[in-house]
Amino acid sequence: MSISAITQTPSSPTGLMRIWKRYPNIIIGGAMLAIAVFAAIAAPWLGTIDPQTIAPFNRLEVPGTEFWFGGDLVGRDVYSRTIYGARISLAVGLGVVVIGIFFGLLIGILSGFVSWVDQILMRVMDGLMAIPSILLAVALISLTGASLKNVIIAISIAEVPRVARLVRSVVLQLKERPYVEAAITAGTPFILILWRHILPNTLAPLLVQATYIFASAVLTEAILSFIGAGTPPSTPSWGNIIAEGRTVFSIAPHIVMFPGIALSFTVLGVNLLGDGLRDIFDPRFVSRT
Amino acid sequence: MSDILVVKDLVKHYEIGGTGIIDRMLGQKASVVRSVDGVSFSIAEGETLGLVGESGCGKSTVGRSILRLVEPTKGTIELAGQDISHVSEQVLRPLRKHLQVVFQDPFASLNPRRTVGQTVAEPIGNYGLKSGDELKNRVQDLFERVGLRADQVDRFPHEFSGGQRQRIGIARALATNPKLIILDEPVSALDVSVQAQVINLLVDLQKELGIAYLFIAHDLAVVEHISTHVAVMYLGKVVEIADKKSIFNSPKHPYTKALLSAVPNSDPDAINNRIVLKGDIPSPTNPPSGCRFRTRCPIAQPICTSEEPALEVQGPGHKTACHFAKEEA
Repeated sequence: MSISAITQTPSSPTGLMRIWKRYPNIIIGGAMLAIAVFAAIAAPWLGTIDPQTIAPFNRLEVPGTEFWFGGDLVGRDVYSRTIYGARISLAVGLGVVVIGIFFGLLIGILSGFVSWVDQILMRVMDGLMAIPSILLAVALISLTGASLKNVIIAISIAEVPRVARLVRSVVLQLKERPYVEAAITAGTPFILILWRHILPNTLAPLLVQATYIFASAVLTEAILSFIGAGTPPSTPSWGNIIAEGRTVFSIAPHIVMFPGIALSFTVLGVNLLGDGLRDIFDPRFVSRT
Repeated sequence: MSDILVVKDLVKHYEIGGTGIIDRMLGQKASVVRSVDGVSFSIAEGETLGLVGESGCGKSTVGRSILRLVEPTKGTIELAGQDISHVSEQVLRPLRKHLQVVFQDPFASLNPRRTVGQTVAEPIGNYGLKSGDELKNRVQDLFERVGLRADQVDRFPHEFSGGQRQRIGIARALATNPKLIILDEPVSALDVSVQAQVINLLVDLQKELGIAYLFIAHDLAVVEHISTHVAVMYLGKVVEIADKKSIFNSPKHPYTKALLSAVPNSDPDAINNRIVLKGDIPSPTNPPSGCRFRTRCPIAQPICTSEEPALEVQGPGHKTACHFAKEEA
């Protein structure tokens, strides 16, 4: 990848073309995520009907011109449910990223700078990480009850230690850097050192991590819904649709297939975007033109 | 001339191991690394002390202790008559503008995400010395003073070469008009031709601005041109300290002699009596008894094992820590 990037002539006409040549992952992954986001936002205008409408006449209807993705066990439109399902998945992904990064950043910075806090916080984080995230989420949801909000919180708690560890390691590395020490000797107050020298250099690995958290949260939500511990069954989430379709998989595989494709498509897109971002965020590639 | 920096009996010990919960439950004691073990020297205004020694001898730790990037275990550090060795960061901050630093690695000493102009302006902004156009002019002046162009201020570090970056580091150190700059191996990472340029720049700046330097280096050749005084460190201790002439013309400590014999001579016909030291530098966790240099010393005697030589005056301004300094001379 890097070798071919160097040998290519950098004389492409537009910026977008250049990015495409250097970092195709960003364009492909970004486009896939954009499609998913568009589907979620524009769901009511994409030829969908109410995803809860039950039409017994259309039970297990095969995909066709009227029902593009067919009908499910009780005759609901799989196409509409899949499109609306994007809303649930992306909301969970975004929510987990925001909450997880916020608390992870806070804990990571704190333990990176204060060593006695570090001892305590990191042991707690180790404890949280020792529990498989799905199991932890299932336990938390069974305590609080299944709702979209609780699913987001439960998955976030499982993701916080990963962010905290990443931030802590970056902070530990950065605070020994000569430019941070030079800032200390230059009399820069601690808050400004954090703001100018530590946070901006944490951002790149954090953004990459955010994409992986996003993808993992979307998957975890689907798994939780699939095993019945996620959003309430009536909610059109991809995990729920797949879970319901599972029982009739042999006679109506389309019920499982379409939300499955949507799920893979979204997760793959976010992961590709993350890989691309990781390449582009190397400061040596920063272009000033 | 008055002393800008006086360091007395500076000690920095690091504890390694034995600090974790399990170590403590098992009653394991931490082992102590005696990185700096009683170092004293002073630097007069406008002078340069070259601090020389092998890797791991504690010379950088001395510099970092003076800058308070590490907390000294014991001893006092007086900057312009004020003891800064144990004061809080709040008390220290206004004093820091008199004391700046240039680091060894020009690639790691500049924040890659900030323009070099922002980097140089940072210390000035911290003390509210200048703002707006005045600040901009000052940064451009500093750039020209260290041999860069004023229009380069908006560039990023990765657009500069190693030597240029070191000049930027020097500009940052100059920004607050300090009285003392700690130069922690400022040219070790540079090409020989660039080394000479940077050293000449430092010499010129000192003449012009009267700044004192603590120049930390691992070879005497680099130090020779810039220093007025030289201190030689071995395993956490100063073994010899004198003005430059005495050190180079009449070294008294066998370690200094060995270091001097390694300095390349420009005269190809000169007879090179190189003293090659055997073995490695011993571990600072468990330094040898008596004289620390005895394990590698070509003239070691039984007394060196039992008694530690004190740093004694051998001549005007010349101190050596060796039992045989007088005889050798």
